[in-house]
Amino acid sequence: MITETIARKLSRAIDSRIKAAKFVRSALNHVFPDHWSFMLGEIALYSFVALVITGTYLALFFHASSEKVIYHGPYHPLDGEKVSVAYRSVLHISFDVPAGLLVRQMHHWAALIFLWAIVAHMARIFFTAAYRKPREMNWLIGLTLLVLALVNGFFGYSMLDDLLSGTGLRIGYAILLSVPVLGPWLTFLFMGGTVPNPEILPRMFALHIFLVPAMIAALLALHLFMIWRQLHTNYPGPERTSRTIVGSRLWPSYTAKSIGLLLLVFGVIAALGGLVQIDPVWIYGPYDPASIMAGAQPDWYLGWVEGAMRLFPGLNLRLGHWLIPELFFPAVLMPSLLFLGLYSWPFVEKLFSRDKGDQNVLRLPYEQPVLTAWGTGVFTFVLLLLIAGGDDFLALAVSGSVIEVRTILRILVLAAPPCVAALTYVLCVRLRRRKAALAATTGAAKAADVATDTAAMHGAEGPLILPIGDRAALRGD
Amino acid sequence: MSEDGERRKSGLLAFLELGLGFLELGWRSIELLSNALDRLLPAKQSPEPLPKSGRAEDCEMESESQMRREHLGIVLVVCFFAIAILGGIGFLIAFWSGGNNTQLLGGSLSVFFAGMGVTLVLWARLLMSHKEAIEPRHALQSRPREEEAAAKAFCEGVHDVRRRRLLVWMGLSGAGVLGTMVLSMLRSLGISPDKSLYSRIWQGGQRLVTIDGKPVSLTSLQPGSMVTVFPEDQIGAERAQTVLIRVKEQLLQLPEDRANWAPGGYVAYSRVCTHAGCPVGEFEAEQSILLCPCHQSTFDVLRAAAPTGGPAARALPQLPLTADADGTLRAGGGFTAPPGPGFWGIS
Repeated sequence: MITETIARKLSRAIDSRIKAAKFVRSALNHVFPDHWSFMLGEIALYSFVALVITGTYLALFFHASSEKVIYHGPYHPLDGEKVSVAYRSVLHISFDVPAGLLVRQMHHWAALIFLWAIVAHMARIFFTAAYRKPREMNWLIGLTLLVLALVNGFFGYSMLDDLLSGTGLRIGYAILLSVPVLGPWLTFLFMGGTVPNPEILPRMFALHIFLVPAMIAALLALHLFMIWRQLHTNYPGPERTSRTIVGSRLWPSYTAKSIGLLLLVFGVIAALGGLVQIDPVWIYGPYDPASIMAGAQPDWYLGWVEGAMRLFPGLNLRLGHWLIPELFFPAVLMPSLLFLGLYSWPFVEKLFSRDKGDQNVLRLPYEQPVLTAWGTGVFTFVLLLLIAGGDDFLALAVSGSVIEVRTILRILVLAAPPCVAALTYVLCVRLRRRKAALAATTGAAKAADVATDTAAMHGAEGPLILPIGDRAALRGD
Repeated sequence: MSEDGERRKSGLLAFLELGLGFLELGWRSIELLSNALDRLLPAKQSPEPLPKSGRAEDCEMESESQMRREHLGIVLVVCFFAIAILGGIGFLIAFWSGGNNTQLLGGSLSVFFAGMGVTLVLWARLLMSHKEAIEPRHALQSRPREEEAAAKAFCEGVHDVRRRRLLVWMGLSGAGVLGTMVLSMLRSLGISPDKSLYSRIWQGGQRLVTIDGKPVSLTSLQPGSMVTVFPEDQIGAERAQTVLIRVKEQLLQLPEDRANWAPGGYVAYSRVCTHAGCPVGEFEAEQSILLCPCHQSTFDVLRAAAPTGGPAARALPQLPLTADADGTLRAGGGFTAPPGPGFWGIS
């Protein structure tokens, strides 16, 4: 085989310069557990790849300038309108550049999937307690990635200078301005003055396409390095202890499956980008300070902040003649406290936990009722805020008044999380007890089975609804 | 706990457990799906030692079925690859024929990616041997000896440096100077908020003009109607936008010190919401309220735009009005407060 000869020569040439054989061998043999829930992080990674590729294409055509020009182009309803250069370039991408609209819509969809995958991945980590020692640092890195993704998502859809993004930017300005003491200076240094002003777009552009993605890429590399170094966790099961790892090897099957997943993620993003319209800025029209669109909403990942802003009552709090704006509490303090809680969670949990040493086997949600209860409680809180972010639509849907809907949501957002948490706790405890009883009876039966007929085990499917560990027990041995 | 007690208690709980049951159902159905996929497309087994019976025909049957699966696998894989390539060709055609049919472009691109993805996944499942690997994890902590050696190497380096205190002092002050320089450069990012943020926008005596630059007079509006006005020198400026509303004079309940700010029942307020800065664009004449469409804050037009509902906490700043002899409306001074969302130093 000539190719093999060439490959061998080449690899030898490289190895004689960097001594890579040992590393390559161990890398190819690296073990990755097979479980669908472990693909959520991979989906996030691959949608980031899609974001970088589509974003680079868009950056070639986008002009981040709020200078005003008269639009002339293929979109006739706006012909002769005064628009900004940025908005015109978005119209240019959407209507003139071949496949431009596809790439733009793919970029936006990829961002939504990116955020969705991060949140789902984080929920998986949380509810299976995968953040325990030695993985606390990776929990912190992951959370920081979430924050960066949220921020960059906001920059991304605020750059287009259409009516919706202009409204979002104005609200962003008000939020930043509401920070006590520092707010005005922070806002003016970051945004260059009151909005709108010509400084903002170029700044957001630089942050959106360079600084934040570079930070995301660097932290992602660190995130993956840590996983590589510490190895994945395993779901509980036979042979799965804190001192072993069970799964398939990187080369070749895991590589093939993972690249397959990458292509499938790209496929979904391309299908959404081509077939499902998103952010049609030509319908919203250019940004105009005096105009406002009713029903303006942020992308879903910031909808919970919007909801909190709507639900929080008009509190006029003054300290002497200093003001703490009402916006500060729902839009700055609440998210900060939420993320503070998330950041400190592994360390708080450690105070109440008897775990010692490295924890490489995951816990199932029902095995840790308190943690699961906290998780569902906080999740309910954020979900209700997200719903409140669209309370005007909700009011329309149930043909009630916004005020009534808002009152109900205000009660729910305070009352529901503790109820859901308590309920989760009770159910987890019950489930745990039932599983223990089940395991005791089937365990005895299984032991008898194993003794009489080992050969039958190979064909056995077992009952379909079984804890993961039990199923693995039937498959393995 | 006795069986009986358990049963009595479980009336409500069993119902509640339904909820968790649904959650589990979701989780399990994903697992079932992946199990079904496993059974439908069994991963190729690695050659295993002879079954316990040890009979040769078992072995042959095994290899025959393996052959069949491999053939099926190759057919499937090639099929999906062909579909992917067709998708790619479709994309190329869609692109070179103008590139403006987004549905066709996205659809064909998706077929290409998904086809390639399925090809690879099938290949991995059908044509690669799947062997579950079990490996020991190595302790993440270094051995005490290695740790000690590293610490020693570091400390030796430290001891090797003479006049350490001077070095630390110079390092810290160098970093301090660098930090000051960088922070100073940040200053060029924005103007000082001192003047612009506190500006009351209007000067006394300025005429109220519409977006077209037309001045407004006492006869411009009917009671119950509204127009957006600006100072003459800031037409269209975000923070300068002002709502001018005419109401029936006898309905007004302005504070006493503002009693003469509304000639002819004309009142003017900042159009920028004090909550999050959206334009308070909707005037509901029957209730005499201004509504912000962003977060549904409402302000009472008759009572100096005091907040009456929604998340806003502060009234819209009011603009004192005067009327010339010919009826032209003019500002009697600046807004009662800086317009827009609240901040720390707002009065």
